[in-house]
Amino acid sequence: MSVITIERKVLEKNDQIADRNRRVFAERGIFALNLVSSPGSGKTSILEKTFQGLRGEMKTAVIEGDVQTDLDAQRVTQYGVPVVQIVTLGGCHLEANLVQDALAKLDLTGIELLFIENVGNLVCPSNYDLGEAMKVVVLSTTEGDDKPLKYPAMIRNSRILLINKIDLIPYVSCDLNALRNNALQVNPDLKIFEISCVTGEGISDWCDWLRKKDCSEQ
Amino acid sequence: MHELGVARNILEIVQQSVPEDRFASVKWIRIRIGRLSGVVPDSLEFCFSALLSETKMQQAGLIMENEPIVSLCKDCGHQFTVEDFAFTCPSCNSANLELLSGRELEIVDIELADD
Repeated sequence: MSVITIERKVLEKNDQIADRNRRVFAERGIFALNLVSSPGSGKTSILEKTFQGLRGEMKTAVIEGDVQTDLDAQRVTQYGVPVVQIVTLGGCHLEANLVQDALAKLDLTGIELLFIENVGNLVCPSNYDLGEAMKVVVLSTTEGDDKPLKYPAMIRNSRILLINKIDLIPYVSCDLNALRNNALQVNPDLKIFEISCVTGEGISDWCDWLRKKDCSEQ
Repeated sequence: MHELGVARNILEIVQQSVPEDRFASVKWIRIRIGRLSGVVPDSLEFCFSALLSETKMQQAGLIMENEPIVSLCKDCGHQFTVEDFAFTCPSCNSANLELLSGRELEIVDIELADD
């Protein structure tokens, strides 16, 4: 028997490309956010509300990741925001090389803010660094207050939690306090915004935070 | 189900690390998997064995070392294993923690049978 010592990260190839993406963002002063959630929690609606809230104050671009269709890209385009759609054809998450390819298709001149909308999935995207400044995880009240405990890796790897659909609180069995506490138990440093894309509640606080682009803020 | 991609990455690294004429001798590939890595060991095993049939490494198996989530409290210095994903120090209740392990997804070493 002979043993070859390896000690290498399994996802090192992805991490190397992610570092390259991160350098591109740093050189151009782009604040890149990786938006993750389960399907249907409202990521694209949040983007739409964010564009309305920012009223063109920050030059923004979007990379959309979906298993199929460019429906999300069509929605985003209506706001005059440059968008590149990645269709993963079954792939359950975005990887750094897909984002690298998408960046080559975007005119990054003057872009200050980049949203990378990941494939709806609370498991796999947590492993893959895309080069973003941070992951922003969306949980909606209809998903229940136990999700942070069921998907701890995603919560732990995110810096921001957007609790969406708070207008539905009276109609669903979701305890907002429990949801908040469960999330903070897994990640005490998480910054939480409670929002509704229907009533617009909380959107201005979220947009104010984006304007500051404060990566260091806890 | 990203374990298929993870299994493919493992095979790639093994193929880079072992001379091609020794592929058939690969017995064990030791992997370190942290509890926060998001990888399900059973799924990884399944995907890995499915991919093996396309290679010359028919004898290869995975040895998976599961790493617990270990934290160090930056306030009181207590080191502990995080249970149930509760990231607070059991000694002083502080949430000011440093993660010592739990995120690993690494290939440790490869064992080859003698020719």
